Amino acid sequence: MIGGLFIYNHKGEVLISRVYRDDIGEAGLKAEQPIISRSVPKPVSCLKRNAVDAFRVNVIHARQQVRSPVTNIARTSFFHVKRSNIWLAAVTKQNVNATMVFEFLYKMCDVMSAYFGKISEENVKNNFVLIYELLDEILDFGYPQNSETGALKTFITQQGIKSQVPTKEEQSQITSQVTGQIGWRREGIKYRRNELFLDVLESVNLLMSPQGQVLSAHVSGRVVMKSYLSGMPECKFGMNDKIVIDKQGKGGGSEEAAKSGKQSIAIDDCTFHQCVRLSKFDSERSISFIPPDGDYELMRYRTTKDIILPFRVIPLVREVGRTKLEVKVVIKSNFKSSLLAQKIEVRIPTPLNTSGVQLICMKGKAKYKASENAIVWKIKRMAGMKESQISAEIELLPTNDKKKWARPPISMNFEVPFAPSGLKVRYLKVFEPKLNYSDHDVIKWVRYIGRSGIYETRC
Amino acid sequence: MCDFPFFSLVCTGEIFELKAELNSDKKEKKKEAVKKVIASMTVGKDVSALFPDVVNCMQTDNLELKKLVYLYLMNYAKSQPDMAIMAVNTFVKDCEDPNPLIRALAVRTMGCIRVDKITEYLCEPLRKCLKDEDPYVRKTAAVCVAKLHDINAQLVEDQGFLDTLKDLISDSNPMVVANAVAALSEIAESHPNSNLLDLNPQTINKLLTALNECTEWGQIFILDCLANYTPRDDRESQSICERVTPRLSHANSAVVLSAVKVLMKFMEMLPKDLDYYGTLLKKLAPPLVTLLSAEPELQYVALRNINLIVQRRPEILKHEMKVFFVKYNDPIYVKLEKLDIMIRLASQANIAQVLAELKEYATEVDVDFVRKAVRAIGRCAIKVEQSAERCVSTLLDLIQTKVNYVVQEAIVVIKDIFRKYPNKYESVIATLCENLDSLDEPEARAAMIWIVGEYAERIDNADELLESFLEGFHDESTQVQLQLLTAIVKLFLKKPTETQELVQQVLSLATQDSDNPDLRDRGYIYWRLLSTDPVAAKEVVLAEKPLISEETDLIEPTLLEELICHIGTLASVYHKPPSAFVEGSRGVQHKRLPGSAGSGESADSPDTGSAAGVSEAPPAVIPSQGDLLGDLLNLDLTPPTTSGPPPAPSSGMQMGAMDLLGGGLDSLVGLLHAAMGAGFGAPPTAMPASFPPPVSGGLDDLFDLGGSVGMPMGAYSPPKSIWLPAMKAKGLEISGTFARRAGVIQMEMTLTNKAMSIMTDFAIQFNRNSFGLAPAGPLQVLTPVGPNQSIEVALPLSTVGPVMKMEPLTNLQVAVKNNIDVFYFSSQYPISMLFVEDGKMERQVFLATWKDIPNDNEAQFQIKDCHLNSDAASSKLQGSNVFTIAKRTVEGQDMLYQSMKLTNGIWVLAELRVQAGNPNYTVMSRLVFVLTCSGANHKDYKTESREV
Repeated sequence: MIGGLFIYNHKGEVLISRVYRDDIGEAGLKAEQPIISRSVPKPVSCLKRNAVDAFRVNVIHARQQVRSPVTNIARTSFFHVKRSNIWLAAVTKQNVNATMVFEFLYKMCDVMSAYFGKISEENVKNNFVLIYELLDEILDFGYPQNSETGALKTFITQQGIKSQVPTKEEQSQITSQVTGQIGWRREGIKYRRNELFLDVLESVNLLMSPQGQVLSAHVSGRVVMKSYLSGMPECKFGMNDKIVIDKQGKGGGSEEAAKSGKQSIAIDDCTFHQCVRLSKFDSERSISFIPPDGDYELMRYRTTKDIILPFRVIPLVREVGRTKLEVKVVIKSNFKSSLLAQKIEVRIPTPLNTSGVQLICMKGKAKYKASENAIVWKIKRMAGMKESQISAEIELLPTNDKKKWARPPISMNFEVPFAPSGLKVRYLKVFEPKLNYSDHDVIKWVRYIGRSGIYETRC
Repeated sequence: MCDFPFFSLVCTGEIFELKAELNSDKKEKKKEAVKKVIASMTVGKDVSALFPDVVNCMQTDNLELKKLVYLYLMNYAKSQPDMAIMAVNTFVKDCEDPNPLIRALAVRTMGCIRVDKITEYLCEPLRKCLKDEDPYVRKTAAVCVAKLHDINAQLVEDQGFLDTLKDLISDSNPMVVANAVAALSEIAESHPNSNLLDLNPQTINKLLTALNECTEWGQIFILDCLANYTPRDDRESQSICERVTPRLSHANSAVVLSAVKVLMKFMEMLPKDLDYYGTLLKKLAPPLVTLLSAEPELQYVALRNINLIVQRRPEILKHEMKVFFVKYNDPIYVKLEKLDIMIRLASQANIAQVLAELKEYATEVDVDFVRKAVRAIGRCAIKVEQSAERCVSTLLDLIQTKVNYVVQEAIVVIKDIFRKYPNKYESVIATLCENLDSLDEPEARAAMIWIVGEYAERIDNADELLESFLEGFHDESTQVQLQLLTAIVKLFLKKPTETQELVQQVLSLATQDSDNPDLRDRGYIYWRLLSTDPVAAKEVVLAEKPLISEETDLIEPTLLEELICHIGTLASVYHKPPSAFVEGSRGVQHKRLPGSAGSGESADSPDTGSAAGVSEAPPAVIPSQGDLLGDLLNLDLTPPTTSGPPPAPSSGMQMGAMDLLGGGLDSLVGLLHAAMGAGFGAPPTAMPASFPPPVSGGLDDLFDLGGSVGMPMGAYSPPKSIWLPAMKAKGLEISGTFARRAGVIQMEMTLTNKAMSIMTDFAIQFNRNSFGLAPAGPLQVLTPVGPNQSIEVALPLSTVGPVMKMEPLTNLQVAVKNNIDVFYFSSQYPISMLFVEDGKMERQVFLATWKDIPNDNEAQFQIKDCHLNSDAASSKLQGSNVFTIAKRTVEGQDMLYQSMKLTNGIWVLAELRVQAGNPNYTVMSRLVFVLTCSGANHKDYKTESREV
């Protein structure tokens, strides 16, 4: 299991170091001496620092680019993730479950952000006591324990003045929640207004050949919820999942099936928040759960069939002699004309030896950004079924570089008010048997946002 | 500097200030001081001097302060064990606290303090906490047992904590169950043979129930534990799979991958024709693809695992090629892994797309990635024949780019393409030659030189080209030197007239001016070949080359199986078994996939099931690091040279005989019974035809029921059985048998290559054994064994090797070497093989000897169901050098007196009673101690038992 966990700043200085097992840092790692030498003689405890230093020397200060998120130094394995310029590293000497370690590191980041916002050097330093307290709770002897912020916040508080002895009831409530079946929600939540926000966030990914052939396209979507519901509500979520609709269609009239069948979507795969009863989904394909309080991600899904590609990019690159390049890019919006896409940005890469660029665009603003080696064309809004184009003349410096320009793909960013996968929320029912509010009393909000993921067209 | 007050202190003088603050009366001040101490500790400063002062702060109601002090204790207790004792009282008191959070905190922290004196005090509180009413305390205590075990394993066993921990598996709280499982799994890992986690259907059921209810982490612990279980049959396997599949939709990738591990493993047990098997395969693909939309680090782990899964079960992802296409801004480690998988999935159906992608990648920035992409194009050409032409033209396009490393990489792969498709693409040689000067990497230079040498007759200026390399001969790497030497010899053989000078030059460079033994040896070989027999030289040097295999970089099957059992873990990321990177006893256990039920037999009835079990038993593979093999390992595996003197038999023999005398008798008698049991226990006719007889096999084989009686007698030799399964020997399967042919003992083997690469350089060696068996000559495998090829070899054996008593006596431990590795196995030879031709005793001698043998040396047993009359039996036995000396008939019972002599001079006398109409024979055998001229003592053998 995880032998230790360290947090470093970008210089490789240790901000947090928590060692769970003695085996790390012994044997083998002594050879790697830290660059920053401290003259103060250090007894036993410095053994543990070998691991800390080994990671700094071999990974953070390594000259080359990081080639793998898992590094083995002297039979000790280091897992790392980076958040802005903070490094989180988990260390072990055993054959641990690597997936679990990374999942844990991400979870650790989530928990920290939930407590003190952005993970920055300043925030980590200011909250180091809290971080140690968290690390003590969510990782025991290297075994991850309950790490749901909802539960943690009940007994690890930022103020730390929980010294007044809580009542016996409170205590057992805390412990049963931390260890219980519904670790993500506490009892006795009350809201005057029961409200529910549901966002379907999709990112549509595309890789298209210069000839307009779709090389790969998929939508990865998330259903994100904010629930402000009293008590322990039982929820049921329904969408136009092809399998469910087809099944219902079989039972009911075939006419309806044909009608609804058109609108249903084939979901390749989906994953759920741990509150969802997976066995029920597996057997009946129904999504039922007791939601956490506040923000959470209910599910993630992926589709590859019948994706609505909101934009089509048509590139035309012509090399005129050795010192000139003519680029023309047309974008076409491909959705209902009543809808508006926003924040459109087209990024056209230019060769490294570009000396000047002349641009003409029909809509929006375009600029050549020398520092990024790209032409950035921005359009605030664009309605469906429209098209627009930009033409650029790129002048090149003569160069004797043998290497050809790699022509990176043209990428695009945008936001559209619909789900490119075609997903529709059919219902979200709330039942709370103990309190006296019904499904109708809950105010529900649904919103669809489609964003570009990696949306590239080769040229 | 002053932004972060806790991190700003530097000088050691501050220790005094801190001391004062720690001892302050004000709570707030105290707390701030402890915080400062922890901060210093974090950045690596030594604040152990403050130990007593910090411990003094321990007794507080403030939970936060308490936690800080505990943190300090965990760090420094080991360096100050005596002072750490001061903290014990507080711990013990805290373990009784009414607040469960404090109880848990105390027991958690105590477990982290690795000081013997403290652990003694830990036992009582821990015992209470394991039975605490609050689940939070219990789950913490469960982990604490693992901590304590890490410090003092004996203590944990003595105190009975392991049993308490086992009880917790049935706890009502799922998190307690999960932690108990995690703790037990870890403890079990350091006791490989203990039955700690005694997994049975009941516990499995409990775990599966807890699986639905516990946290994501708990689910991982439970799934990882489940993966170690081997279901009894395919039905149980299926029902577990059914309950595990819902986990594939979990948001946590680790839960998903651990579930995949369980499914991949248990799937081995499902019959392939089962509908459920197909359903399961289909269900596995989507979650694996979904893993690729996770964060890059997880993608990396997932890809490394997918790489294994694709090798084991390519059908799962064969339609998912597109998801492995590289995205422009993937991190490099993800890109490289995706490329690997793309090549594995490439097939005729998708090759066009793959090639287009690869070509795109070959123009990217990252050098490693580009190289790999170029190499991948070559591999596609080799793998999918239809695409070869397009691949070659793509490679030529890339060579035109003149980017140095692209050109070099392309040349290396084109060499392989030439080998795979000889005489097809040689038109491109001219283009390659143009780039000769730009090659600066040894591999590319060697490849180019190989091409020039191979096609010397078609390249007009081949001699000039090679000569140009020769100038800097000594600066080249060995690889290039060797290649250059061979290429020039090839050239000489093809165009002898113009190149004599060149070949002399290279030979003298290689043999006289080089200090590399490989190079010198090769040089001398060529030299001699050329000077003695140019025709032979031509045959050797220009011989037809074996085909190269389609797939490269495949993980060797045994390792692959082991890695499949480690899906999700570091082992699967490194593609190495845990023993390669984990120290100590942990992880040394080798995990295996359960045997497949593919044939469907095992499910039929328990009887055949057990029969199958027996049949698997004989080819016992010796553990690769067994002590027994110590000397075998040290032996040089070259076949014995004929010129060298044979090992002096006398001393060895005597030693062996002494050994045999020492404890051999018991084992002989034992063997007698064992052989009888194995050979005659079941009526031969009832044996399923497919059931290979046990190697040590029985006399029933010797008698070979029915028909063959009238046929010319040969010594009995059991049918071949598998000695070394391919799984255990990197694809080499050896089956074989022993026979005595024309007075020579032969080991007849079939070597089958089930791996992807060619096997050569076979050699064999025996460990010392009871009868001094040793190879009489080298193993004659002249041609390399290609994939899926098999070859028959007969190895004559002598009996003058060193002697050591084996258990069982007829056990023979063998080491076989090939170009891949050395493998060990053991087999048992039929003792009848050792009966020599001059084993016929004079009647008088027989009579006298028979009487002289003490009764102790006598054994008696029956052979059942032998439908031969005494004459037929006797003539049949004679074929195996069991001679009938006399025959008597008493009351309708035929009594045959027989003798046989073993290779080491030991005589065996036997009496065989055959009653007409009764298929059961009775054999009375006497172990004869005959003094032979060598002075060795002999015992009489169970042989008899066999025979009969």
